[in-house]
Amino acid sequence: MSAKTISVNLKVWRQPARDQPGRLVDYVAKDVSTDMSFLEMLDVVNEELIRKGEDAIAFDSDCREGICGACGCMINGIAHGPDPGTTTCQLHMRRFRDGETIVVEPWRARAFPVLKDLIVDRSAFDRIVAAGGYISVGVGGAQDANSISVPKEDSDTAMDSAACIGCGACVAACKNAAAHLFTSAKITHLALLPQGGPERERRAVRMVEQMEAEGFGACSNEGECEAVCPKLIPISNIAKMIREYSRALWKGVSA
Amino acid sequence: MTLDSKIPSGPIADKWERRKFENKLVNPANRRKYDIIIVGTGLAGSSAAAALGEQGYKVKLFCILDSARRAHSIAAQGGINAAKNYRNDGDSVYRLFYDTVKGGDYRAREANVYRLAQVSVDIIDQCVATGVPFAREYGGLLDNRSFGGAQVSRTFYARGQTGQQLLLGAYQSMLRQVDAGNVTLFPRREMLDLVVADGHARGIITRNLITGELERHEGDAVLLCTGGYGTLYYLSTNAVNSNVTAAWRSHKRGALFANPCFTQIHPTCIPVSGDHQSKLTLMSESLRNDGRVWVPKQPGDTRPPNQVPESERDYYLERRYPSFGNLVPRDVASRAAKQQADEGNGVGDTGLAVYLDFKDAIQRLGIEIIKARYGNLFEMYERITAEDPYQVPMRIYPAIHYTMGGLWVDYNLESTVPGLFVLGEANFSDHGANRLGASALMQGLADGYFIAPYTVANYLAGTRLGNVTTDHDAFKDAASASQARIDKVLAVKGSRTVRQFHRQLGRIMWDYVGMARNEQGLKEALEKIRTLRDEFWQDVTVGGEKTNLNPMLDYAGRVADYMEFGELLTLDALHRNESCGGHFREEYQTPDGEALRDDANYSYVAAWQFTGVGAPPVLHEEPLVFEEVHPSQRSYK
Repeated sequence: MSAKTISVNLKVWRQPARDQPGRLVDYVAKDVSTDMSFLEMLDVVNEELIRKGEDAIAFDSDCREGICGACGCMINGIAHGPDPGTTTCQLHMRRFRDGETIVVEPWRARAFPVLKDLIVDRSAFDRIVAAGGYISVGVGGAQDANSISVPKEDSDTAMDSAACIGCGACVAACKNAAAHLFTSAKITHLALLPQGGPERERRAVRMVEQMEAEGFGACSNEGECEAVCPKLIPISNIAKMIREYSRALWKGVSA
Repeated sequence: MTLDSKIPSGPIADKWERRKFENKLVNPANRRKYDIIIVGTGLAGSSAAAALGEQGYKVKLFCILDSARRAHSIAAQGGINAAKNYRNDGDSVYRLFYDTVKGGDYRAREANVYRLAQVSVDIIDQCVATGVPFAREYGGLLDNRSFGGAQVSRTFYARGQTGQQLLLGAYQSMLRQVDAGNVTLFPRREMLDLVVADGHARGIITRNLITGELERHEGDAVLLCTGGYGTLYYLSTNAVNSNVTAAWRSHKRGALFANPCFTQIHPTCIPVSGDHQSKLTLMSESLRNDGRVWVPKQPGDTRPPNQVPESERDYYLERRYPSFGNLVPRDVASRAAKQQADEGNGVGDTGLAVYLDFKDAIQRLGIEIIKARYGNLFEMYERITAEDPYQVPMRIYPAIHYTMGGLWVDYNLESTVPGLFVLGEANFSDHGANRLGASALMQGLADGYFIAPYTVANYLAGTRLGNVTTDHDAFKDAASASQARIDKVLAVKGSRTVRQFHRQLGRIMWDYVGMARNEQGLKEALEKIRTLRDEFWQDVTVGGEKTNLNPMLDYAGRVADYMEFGELLTLDALHRNESCGGHFREEYQTPDGEALRDDANYSYVAAWQFTGVGAPPVLHEEPLVFEEVHPSQRSYK
């Protein structure tokens, strides 16, 4: 497909630092090739800003192929923008019209404070995984890999959940800023595998309690998380998490 | 300086066992008294942190991104090799070893490669135990596939996201040690210098990327797990933050840099479409298992691919390499694509592409099986190019992907600076002049889980380290040097952006030091790099401040290092008067265009010592001795 050139009007959230107020600032992105990714378009805007002696728009990005989970912003109010199953870095400008106005904002959640412009602090996710989101095996003591047999269906379903990239779109999209989809994806991945069995109750309790302690909200049951998830992780994971959590409480397991 | 590789004596199969026994141990009660600094949280860094934390050492773990889980290992798609022989198709530790030495075009150290093949089997066991959801068969056991350059099915995979799943497995194991209080995470920190005090690596200087503050961290050993330098070329398949800075600044503190010219070009990437591009996207080479590579026989044929009849297509890999066909190693496949483009047979708008066609595989296996195998890759391709590969062949072209060169290390993974260990892609590695597919993940986890934990312990137990605090002069010097460099780059306030300079440098490297190199071009490149470096320091503009979050400032420091490192890579390429693996010198080729090695003169590791910016580096040679695999002309015909 041959590329066209368009021009778009941007309203970008600029905030110098965590404890300072921010505001939307207007920019015009000219000569944007429709083959560009959204972030490449922002790169071009930044080049212009730097040449004018202004501070570049700060945003996180790394792999630019949709797998590292570093990038992400609200594009016209939708986490990662209009394409389903697509991260911001994989969104292409052919998705936008010439002359269109695009509002670009950071993830907004109490547990994800803005550090600068479009960059937020997502370290709460690391702390949730550190609260038992692992299998406790030491290095070197593992038995032969094929001595653990896992039904293909379970393994495939575990992989569906394990595909989470930890970008935080689910939190950003939720009106309660809940981290249920993120947390449940890890709980589900490990609960479905026999290796994860021995710790499943304690893991569910600890991870859920850590999630709450970080300031994430309650599940709204509205499914915005699933709608924006770039890896299409279904909300059935949340049902599984609630089941795992209840099961643990029923058994009297505490963190 | 003489390079001592410290390879254990004895038969190759016993060397690692022997070394493990010879190694000194640290009493469990004493381990918590040692601080170990690990820089980088990819497969090597995360797995080393998990293993050393579990043993009871106090680990400080640093990464430049917001979370350890973002490291670029996450983007590896295809798989991880292991000599499990689950397929009963003739695989063994010895065969994996043999394939890797041969695939590396006889420029790797045999003993290291053998150890890598030995521990490969433990890696799979470890990963499964930690919950990595590898692909399975209906019987519940693990699935395998064959992968570029191998005639056995030894590759384990998790859909097209093997790197992601392995990294998350190591990340979770590492976080378990955070939970246990043994590992402390330092995200959004960039290592700006290595602190060498009294002859030993004793710490690092980091910049807190949020506050801009320079920090001093002391430790008893430093492990660099900071990946490769592919982004030197600007356009590569590496993540945009990948860089050589930690390795380069350690090099300037005395660590030799080995074989920098051994760079790998991956044959199956989405072709360049325009100047705006910030990176190239790799399509897993597992696609070559079912896709057939071809170009139209008639140069300049502009018909859409589906209108070119079979008789007018040149399946050039199958024609030239009948026994390996589309599965020849990466360097061979890449060069063959370049030859087609050079001869005017390239396709697409730029002529810099060849077709990778799934028509026959879809006919043979049905669309559902192809979808199950490659669905996510096909989607990714369509998202980027707006073309549907189920209907029209993919267009692919080689791009820089991996770097075999890196800091020189001995058998214990220790650099020439005592106490500085280098793991994973950052070291000059076990891959010689060319890495086989699905072997990078294997090496990262081998180094981190199974090798460094033994050798670092031996170093700590056998070395009497004095008390060094962050008030030591070495810390003050390194911190003020880092500060001066930041101030200098901000003070230029010129007219060209960091990205412009990076793009220009990358262009020089790709044009002259890319897939094919020659003496004249390399000499020109040296001139151009030096000129560009001078211009950088006179005309770069960064913007922003040093006292807060400023990604452009971070970027400027990395590109400034590349301006120096690019020169070393080019010098290395110029000095190596032979072709081997990823290093192809046009003057040295066989009559049918294959790489022509010169074993009599170049069967060594070239380890370079820094003597000053722009000053000629000093070459140290580590001879390579082949006792098991006898070097021969690689043939994939």
